Amino acid sequence: MSTLTSPLRPKRSKVLTGVMVLYLLYTILPLVWLLLSATKTQDDLLSSPGLWFGNSFAFFGNIKDTLTYNDGIFLRWLGNTVLYVVVGAGGATLLATAAGYGLAKYKFAGRRAVFAVLLGAVAVPGTALAVPTFLMFSNLGLTNTVWAIIIPSLVSPFGLYLMWVYATDAVPHELLEAARIDGAGEVRTFFTVALRLLAPGIVTTLLFAVVSTWNNYFLPLIMLSKPNLYPLTVGLTQWSNQATGVGARPIYNLVITGSLLTIVPLVIAFLLLQRFWQSGLSAGSVK
Amino acid sequence: MKGNKMKAHRRGTHRIRQLVVAGAAIVALAAVAACGGSKTDTSSGSATTGSSDAVDAALKAGGEITYWSWTPSAETQVKAFMAQYPNVKVNYVNAGTGNDHYTKLQNAIKAGSGAPDVAQVEYQALPQFALPGSLVDLNQYGFSQYESAYTASTWAAVHAGTGLYGLPQDSGPMALFYNKEVFDKYGIAVPKTWDEYVAAAKKLHAANPKAYITNDSGDAGFTTSMIWQAGGQPFKTDGKNISINLADDGSKKWTGTWNQLVEGGLVSNIPGWTDEWFKALGDGTIATLPTGAWMPGVMESSVKAGAGKWRVAPMPTYDGQPATAENGGSTESVLKQSKNPALAAAFVRWLNHDEGVKPFLASGGFPATTKDLKDTAFVDKASAYFGGQKVNQVLTGAADNVVKGWSYLPYELYANSIYGDTVGKAYQSKSDLNAGLKAWQDALVSYGNQQGFQVNG
Repeated sequence: MSTLTSPLRPKRSKVLTGVMVLYLLYTILPLVWLLLSATKTQDDLLSSPGLWFGNSFAFFGNIKDTLTYNDGIFLRWLGNTVLYVVVGAGGATLLATAAGYGLAKYKFAGRRAVFAVLLGAVAVPGTALAVPTFLMFSNLGLTNTVWAIIIPSLVSPFGLYLMWVYATDAVPHELLEAARIDGAGEVRTFFTVALRLLAPGIVTTLLFAVVSTWNNYFLPLIMLSKPNLYPLTVGLTQWSNQATGVGARPIYNLVITGSLLTIVPLVIAFLLLQRFWQSGLSAGSVK
Repeated sequence: MKGNKMKAHRRGTHRIRQLVVAGAAIVALAAVAACGGSKTDTSSGSATTGSSDAVDAALKAGGEITYWSWTPSAETQVKAFMAQYPNVKVNYVNAGTGNDHYTKLQNAIKAGSGAPDVAQVEYQALPQFALPGSLVDLNQYGFSQYESAYTASTWAAVHAGTGLYGLPQDSGPMALFYNKEVFDKYGIAVPKTWDEYVAAAKKLHAANPKAYITNDSGDAGFTTSMIWQAGGQPFKTDGKNISINLADDGSKKWTGTWNQLVEGGLVSNIPGWTDEWFKALGDGTIATLPTGAWMPGVMESSVKAGAGKWRVAPMPTYDGQPATAENGGSTESVLKQSKNPALAAAFVRWLNHDEGVKPFLASGGFPATTKDLKDTAFVDKASAYFGGQKVNQVLTGAADNVVKGWSYLPYELYANSIYGDTVGKAYQSKSDLNAGLKAWQDALVSYGNQQGFQVNG
């Protein structure tokens, strides 16, 4: 086997490098386009090439306009998004961690049933549940409130599954038993012993939850009809749609600048949490 | 505490107001009954079943309503309305544009709560909301008396069956917008017939392979308008019975022309309303647009590079006789969920019949009201953007030549949403549009039957 594969190896990696370079360009180009476009005025956007600077440099003007257009509603949307992410994704991570740990470390009746339900829940896309969820929330009188976004975000079947699998390996039974012998209660064991061991898993779950809540579009789209409750995704789409049909008022420069501002916090979150995430992904791989 | 008290107070006055309105309505009805309806019997329509007095009374009593719209002039209009009627509070909400707006509306209707009192509805979407009974029939407020105030085509567009579900806000009779600079450069004459249009397309694309006569990447609204202009009536609805025939004479006429452009690669595939499209309108890549009369406002504000280059001509036709169709346009409808439909109707009347029309026109809208269409100040206004041309002369002329008898499907929004999967394929492969229309028809027939209609196709 090895005699067959080893001469192929250098050749293969060349191809791989080529593919990776292509992939790099493929991922970087839209970002470059976004950055360059954010420096142009609306008129310039329509009259200059996409991948180079226009006649004007309106970057700071665009940022100012984005933040002040329509009485500064962009800031309001940013605040909403942060709220949905902190409470929604934060809560989802907390719940997933506690539940995943519980399912991994305690034996109780109905555990297999929970597992089956969980796998089913992972398989159903959130978008498919959006309309039934809307009808349910409408009966509860919760549509058009922040709860309509936060409560569904608290449920993260994938996060729970991830934490379950992670906790199974990352928290040794022996350690828990030692803690119990030392007289620590179950709650104390969870917070002082287990949480630390689970940290990489928590960060991974948190990142997934943050990204999905930050990018959540369809649920807020149908739940909310008051623009001042919108998250950034729905708000920016509304700006973008302004360019369509009778009485169109395109403000693509603001949509583009707004999009750029929208991804900045996500990029920062990734850079800061990257280290933990990597160790989370590889945990248990060599065992 | 204070808030609660105020709310309770408001609720209290609200109830009193409701009683007043109800009382006024009863009195008004009694009055009408007593004098044999002479009071409101000024209309020519026979469908007058109620009274406009109830609307006036509601306006006097005041109250609070919610209004969903994405019209650029909506905010100004609402402010002007509240200035004129300080005892009415209108909560203006831009809940989304087009499909987003309809999705929310549909969900709120399904859920039984959360819908606004008044909502903007495009003509093409009206049957979808009107026929299942989600909208208030404004005949009961005697609105049929306003028939003569609107163009025939828009008046037909706010009806579904015999019901009247709004007053026309704007109209979009189609005309041919063309880039004179490009035409002059390549020595192309303004086409009067579709055959000349196809010839112009060939000549232009041969002279400059980067330039196209127009763009069309497959747009359901454009297709239906073009079939409309060709005299086709593919959709007919009679209660629960629908017939769909996208291979009727009109449809065939249109595909006969348009196939030459699509199969010959003579139309650009730039999708409408994108930044690329706005750019192409400015730099001459797209030389003409057969589109609605509301286009000048859009071009002036969003295609600055095209200033002075563009002109307007009547739509090319098949036989040289003037004929056009409507493209786009909206009305405002009162939702059945409204707790104060009379007041909501009063707002609709103000928006599209009274002072509300002015802010709409000021924002660049094209009117549906005959009075404004005949106003010499409007008709004879020279447009600097169009090189001093009096474009409204062409456009108001178009408003008189809209082909009669058109109707949309009661599930037109769904139909439009699957257009790309069926006819869109023909555009992509530059193949016969008739095959695409057949696929569209088949999908629409089976969907309609699933929805409980009796569909023949």
